[in-house]
Formats: sequence, structure tokens, C-alpha cells
Amino acid sequence: MGLETENQEIEKSMRDTARNLLKEKQVDIIIGYTKGTVPLSSSPIMINKEEDVDKFIWNNLCYVNLAKYLVPLIPQMKDSEGKPYKIGVISKGCVGRALIHLAVEKQINLENIKIIGIPCNGIINRKRVEKEVGEKEILEVSVSDNNIVVKGKDFEHSFAFEDYINELCKYCKVKSPPSAADACIGECQEVSSIEDDFADISDFEAMSSSEKWAYIEDLFGSCTRCYACREACPMCYCSLCFVDQNKPVWFGKTTDLPDIIVFHLIRAMHLAGRCVACGACTSVCPVGIDLNKITRKLEKIVKTRFDFTSGLDTETLPPMMSFSMDDKEEFMLEED
Amino acid sequence: MNETTIEAGQVANNKEWEPKIIAFLCNWCSYAGADLAGVSRIQYPPSIRVVRVPCSGRINPYFIIKSLTDGWDGIVISGCHPGDCHYLSGNLVARRRFAILRELLEFFGIEQGRVNFMWASAAEGERFANLIKKTTRIVKELGPNTKFKRRW
Repeated sequence: MGLETENQEIEKSMRDTARNLLKEKQVDIIIGYTKGTVPLSSSPIMINKEEDVDKFIWNNLCYVNLAKYLVPLIPQMKDSEGKPYKIGVISKGCVGRALIHLAVEKQINLENIKIIGIPCNGIINRKRVEKEVGEKEILEVSVSDNNIVVKGKDFEHSFAFEDYINELCKYCKVKSPPSAADACIGECQEVSSIEDDFADISDFEAMSSSEKWAYIEDLFGSCTRCYACREACPMCYCSLCFVDQNKPVWFGKTTDLPDIIVFHLIRAMHLAGRCVACGACTSVCPVGIDLNKITRKLEKIVKTRFDFTSGLDTETLPPMMSFSMDDKEEFMLEED
Repeated sequence: MNETTIEAGQVANNKEWEPKIIAFLCNWCSYAGADLAGVSRIQYPPSIRVVRVPCSGRINPYFIIKSLTDGWDGIVISGCHPGDCHYLSGNLVARRRFAILRELLEFFGIEQGRVNFMWASAAEGERFANLIKKTTRIVKELGPNTKFKRRW
């Protein structure tokens, strides 16, 4: 049921590292990925016993951002002496970025967390593969020779790996945790800044506002407001989300198109300078809404305007947590 | 005409149509600037409805987006010039917020002129009137706000 890949080397060394960390009591718990209940999926798992580490897997379907499991849980996780647990997190690039950014926002203390870096080469876009296969039931998935092979009862499809990974993964520059990884599996490279020309969204930006609006209406037309994107997002940790707030009622709670678009617009606004481009929101969407364009735009705004990329280091203040007298203000209205 | 409902497009063609613009003015500069424009008897279009806020930093992006969903045709946000803020840095914080919100709104397909940001001090009655004239002209060209407006 899992994904058989050439990653087995990495998988093995990940298990060894995890076993050692648990044996040496460097960590109390390790959060990682395990097999999902259906093909084309994976689940998060928390392991605290050496003998269980073989449950860990690593493949191109590990789409969950594990940093999500730390934020509301941390205060409760203390041992019998009242000391906080040491937690190991199997971190691909975006999990590492999320952890670092959460530390900048003072939500977690990196001293209690061990980042176990693991290089990632992209997450398979499940929705697109499922769409291509259609109604038929997928029973087995494997990745070999840059092809995703999907097998069912009486069919076998093969998809090019590069074309069927998440859009965001194609432009990902941080394959392994950018810095401060305490243990590394495979090759981890340090990243201190990112160069990107954002050419992929320039076509969209050049469109007229009515074309853009038509795209947005079409994109969110099927949204049911299940809030799966919010629940999967490592940065959406507010105890009361603005859409759940009813004193005052800011925005409608219906599934009318304007209300849906407002939800996504404000969620994007709240993620400006915080989004780590992990694509978890897109991976978990039950109706397959692809939010990558908005994520890329957010990255572009903070990069071009404030020269900031979230989750690369713990020193730089994110743009929405600081201000400067010298910000660009070319958008301000001036007299003719 | 027998039609009891008038489509927004038809209203736009009607020369009588005047945009309704909501203006968020900061208490210390722009509100006083608007007041000065008034007492100096400077003429400007009666298209704006003013909401007085303590500082431009008080303006939550929610205000702006809710104004759009409530059907305002245009929005003006005005505060003190950078460096003149009564609370020292409120308008600098607001400026970052507006910069991001403006780009996002544009990305979502809201026309650029729908939401306008400006600075006007308490002594700039003339400038305030001119900028309101300009905003009214921009919004008038765009026509009524139909995109976000909720249909009941």
C-alpha cells in the first residue's frame, strides 16, 4: 500500500537516526510520517518507543506539515517532573521553515525541539493523479525512474514525476531545513537567502482584472468552506479564527461566492510574510482547489517589497511584525 | 420603462449615477484636513461618507473588504504623512498592511482604483479636496461595484 521508491536508503537511515535519538534519550517523542490508510496518502505519527521506529516512512506522499502538531500541543506536553518534552520532528524543507518561523513568532521554543532534516524532492499532487485515473480505484502507487506508476485492478498508468508534483514544489528552493537542523539524514544544504524571479505568475498578473476575477470565481466555485486548508496550515494557529468570530460578525458564513472569496482573501492576507509555501492547504483540499498561485503571489509580495523570505533564520523580523520609515509608497494617491 | 429592477450596468450608463465612497479618515490629520476643506468652502464632490478613526493604524483590512462586500463603490483611506503620526508609528504599520492588501486585491481581480490610499495633513484642505475629486473621477470610470457585492 505504501510507496516503494528508491528512497529506501533514506528511509533506513531515518529509522536508524530516530532509533539512536530515542535510545540516547535525546528526544522523548519523534513526530514523523507513517503509511496512510489508502494509497496516495500518508499519516502523521508520534513515536516514543525504540521498537516502533520501523513504522516511519519517507516518500513523495508525505504532504502534511508536521509543524502543525507542535503549536497547540506544546504547553500540554510535559513529563512527570514538569519539564517540557524534547520533541524530534522529521523535517523536510518546508517543515523546517515552519518551525523556524513559529520560533520567530514565539510560538515554540527551538531548544525543546530537535529538527531532523531530510531532503525532499517534491510532493505528488494527489488530486491531479486521481483526476487522471478517474473513477477507477487506485490500489498501488510507486515512483521509479522519474515516473509515478499507479496500479489498479486492471489498469496501470504512468505519469512523469516532474509534471505531477505540486506546483509549489517545482519552484521550491529549500529542499531540506534551511538552518539549525540538529540531525541530518542524507544531504542537507544550508540556505540563507532565496533568489527567485517569480516568472510563473507574471502571466497571471498581466491579465485584466475581469479575467483575474473570472479565474478566482472559477477556482473557488467548488469551495465548501470545510476549512481543511486552515486546519492543515502550520501558520493558522489562532485560537479564534476571524471566520468563527461572531462578536462582531465580520464576514458571512455562507457558501455564497463573495463570502468564500473573502475567506480566502483574508486568509491570504493573514499569511503574508508567514506562509512557508509547504502546499499543505492544496494537498488536503477535498475538492482539489489549487492555492499555489496565491501562495506564490504572497511570496512575491514580501520578497520584492520587503526582501524577506519566511522561515530562513530566527533573527530577521517578518514584515508584518515591524515597520520602517523607508518603505516604498508608490501606490499612494498623489495630486495630478 | 416598466422594468422594476435596474441592472448595475444600466445604472453605470446612466449619467446621473454618482459613486458612493466610504472614507476612513484619521482623527488627527485627515479628518481635520476635511474639516479645513469644509470651513474654507473648497468645493469637492459629495460622494464620500466619512468614518472617523483614531489613526490609520486602526484601520483593519476587514474594514476595507467589508466595505466592498457591503457594496460601497470606492474606498478612501487617509492618514497623516509618514513621520507626522500622532501615535508616532501607526501610519507606518498601516502602510505595510495597505501595500500587501492592495496587491492582493489586485491579484484577486478587484480593480486598482477601487481602494485608494492617501496622506493628507490638517493643513492640507486644498489637497484633500483635490484627492477626493481624483478618487471620485477614478471610481466613476470604474462604475458600480458588482464583484464583491452580496446579492440578496
